[in-house]
Amino acid sequence: MADKVIYAMYDDDDVLKDGAKKLVSKGVKINEVFSPFPIHGIDPIIGIKNTRLGIMAFLYGLVGLTLATVGMRFFMIVDWPMNIGGKPSMTYMDNMLAFIPITFEFTVLCAAHGMAITYLIVNKTLPGMPAQNPDPRTTDDKFVMELRLSENTSFSSSELEKMLKDTGVIELDLKEI
Amino acid sequence: MHKEAAIREPLILGHKTYHDITEDVCRPIEDKAPRTWYILFAIALIIGLYGVGCILYLLGTGVGVWGLNKTIGWAWDITNFVWWVGIGHAGTLISAVLLLFRQKWRMAINRSAEAMTIFAVFMAGLFPLIHMGRLWLGYWVLPLPNQFGSLWVNFNSPLLWDVFAISTYLSVSLVFWYIGLIPDFATIRDRAKKPIPKRMYSMLSFGWSGRAKHWNRFETVSLVLAGLATPLVFSVHSIVSFDFATSVIPGWHTTIFPPYFVAGAVFSGFAMVQTLLLVMRKAMGLEAYIHKKHVEYMNIVIMVTGSIVGTAYITELFISWYSGVEYEGYAFFNRATGPYWWAYAAMMTCNVVSPQLMWFKKLRTSLLFTFIISIVVNIGMWFERYVIIVTSLHRDYLPSSWSMHFPSHIDIGVYVGTIGLFFVFFLLFARFFPVLALNEVKSILKSSGESYKNAPDKHHNDDPTPDAPKVEAASPAAEEVKKEIKSEVPKAKSKGLSAEEKKAKAGVLISKLGEGSAETKDDLKVISGVGPVLEGKLNEIGIFTYGQVSKMTKDEYDLLDELTSSFPGRAERDDWAGQAKELMNKSNS
Repeated sequence: MADKVIYAMYDDDDVLKDGAKKLVSKGVKINEVFSPFPIHGIDPIIGIKNTRLGIMAFLYGLVGLTLATVGMRFFMIVDWPMNIGGKPSMTYMDNMLAFIPITFEFTVLCAAHGMAITYLIVNKTLPGMPAQNPDPRTTDDKFVMELRLSENTSFSSSELEKMLKDTGVIELDLKEI
Repeated sequence: MHKEAAIREPLILGHKTYHDITEDVCRPIEDKAPRTWYILFAIALIIGLYGVGCILYLLGTGVGVWGLNKTIGWAWDITNFVWWVGIGHAGTLISAVLLLFRQKWRMAINRSAEAMTIFAVFMAGLFPLIHMGRLWLGYWVLPLPNQFGSLWVNFNSPLLWDVFAISTYLSVSLVFWYIGLIPDFATIRDRAKKPIPKRMYSMLSFGWSGRAKHWNRFETVSLVLAGLATPLVFSVHSIVSFDFATSVIPGWHTTIFPPYFVAGAVFSGFAMVQTLLLVMRKAMGLEAYIHKKHVEYMNIVIMVTGSIVGTAYITELFISWYSGVEYEGYAFFNRATGPYWWAYAAMMTCNVVSPQLMWFKKLRTSLLFTFIISIVVNIGMWFERYVIIVTSLHRDYLPSSWSMHFPSHIDIGVYVGTIGLFFVFFLLFARFFPVLALNEVKSILKSSGESYKNAPDKHHNDDPTPDAPKVEAASPAAEEVKKEIKSEVPKAKSKGLSAEEKKAKAGVLISKLGEGSAETKDDLKVISGVGPVLEGKLNEIGIFTYGQVSKMTKDEYDLLDELTSSFPGRAERDDWAGQAKELMNKSNS
């Protein structure tokens, strides 16, 4: 079944936020908000959970830490122990201080790049992807709220439009997708 | 929403709207480049190509073309390397450390500072690469399995740490920068009219759409990357300093090097940011976003880091005497009084004396003075590295091999060439990339924009918040700030016209432009720069048609500015009259 989408455009982030609060309290499900910059505090209102990318970064960092440790132990202790001025180099712990800088750098490298790549993939923002914002002005100074009729079956489209008009929208648009 | 104390100076001057920010940043990208851009670009390109020529000659002939000798085996090459890496420290420091400290003023400068960082690290990376002599064997610095059995690179060596540090720093800075750029590329994409730029920017913007969930992730990623980049910034220059500190050369073998190098790096990096931004804000008309307050904040950073560097110099001198090590003592005595005394004197004046002048508010808020000091500091920081490297080497343990260093023309050519290449990159950046972090600047407009700050209630008629930060007349500090701002932006004074005056002025304006009526009304919103709100205001005054607008000249613009008081200078800049004429011609034909 073809779904219908209502796009409600606002010209102020705070007006949109207040509007969203009112709509949600009436039981309207807001599917998406498009904005030119992050609107602080909108996520809990429209039911978006906080991202877990921070945890991912930590895990990627652990991977980097492990790789660096295992790698350097193999290169410098197991495979080819270097005799540097007769200093002890028989165990990893003997030599560990000299390995700290690279361990740190490699941890950061893996955490940062792992997180950045994950971010781009889960966002589906990759080179060549088409833009999906409903109106080109949403990257300039307009804020758009997207409602789906299929997710708001208890309201008719005219009811939704009427409620939206009370929240100070500047433009309303109904589209089939 | 983030609230800010009323006595804090606004970070965005004038009466900007979200759309104005987009316009101000995107216009230089969308318009034709001014002639000066082409001239500067040509000069930078010629110098850069000369540098590339020198590098190619060096690669073909060998490192012997540098002015090195048996005693001084490291001179300009490593000096330039450390100098560029140092400059490359400000960008990430601004965007990462200041993000963690929630310093909002970073938002206007972080984008270009990061670009500067990346280009500076490119230039820095060139030197170790060409220093290898055989550039094509550069991959030998990586721990790769090889034909020599299990011979690995030496993980105990600071030079290898450097490889990891610089490449991590470069790639992480690049990613950090690009992730911030994606939403701004999307803004340019959605405004682009010509097909080729549209295609280019839609590729660069990765299909960014500004969904709420994406912004949520964006903010977390920025924060975590900032958290990761902060220790990274400090580690990079610490590791660069290990190249020297872990050696046994008197003058290099000091434990003070890591913190002192980091402070020096921040010091020179901020100076370079000042040099570039003071020119850029003028050339690109960004005075409302990067203004005196930003310059002052950066000058304070320069002053603090400059003082740390000065303290380190003096500590070094003291310790060289106090340690009782003759070699150490001589290295420093020779630096200050030996044949390289002039380099030492240049370093001391530029790096120790000049930042102390920033204690005077008059000086640190003067743009011209700041510009001069920023160049002085960069000269000083180049000499610092030169002094550390060359003067420690030129009189070694064996007096019969004492020597002096004279740069060859290749030395000079490569160095000057990297400056040229750096500006080639930076000019390209300023031409095609959004030089301000649009999305970040927009997010602070309401808390730190001048018009919002001085009249916070006007914009929240629907939701009067009693705790909104009013500009209290009771607070003398607030009054003072207000006065200062007003003197900076004289046009803002006209805000308070009485109703009668307005009426009279509107009458004068209409008598000049001719009567119009709501019946023959044209769609004024078509004129670039006029939105629905402004159209309403124009209609209120009595301006309805293109015909009326096309008759406007300087006098009328000024009158209009006084009446609407919303966008001073706006009408003239966008040439409404010219636009209206064109629209009239179109509708007639």
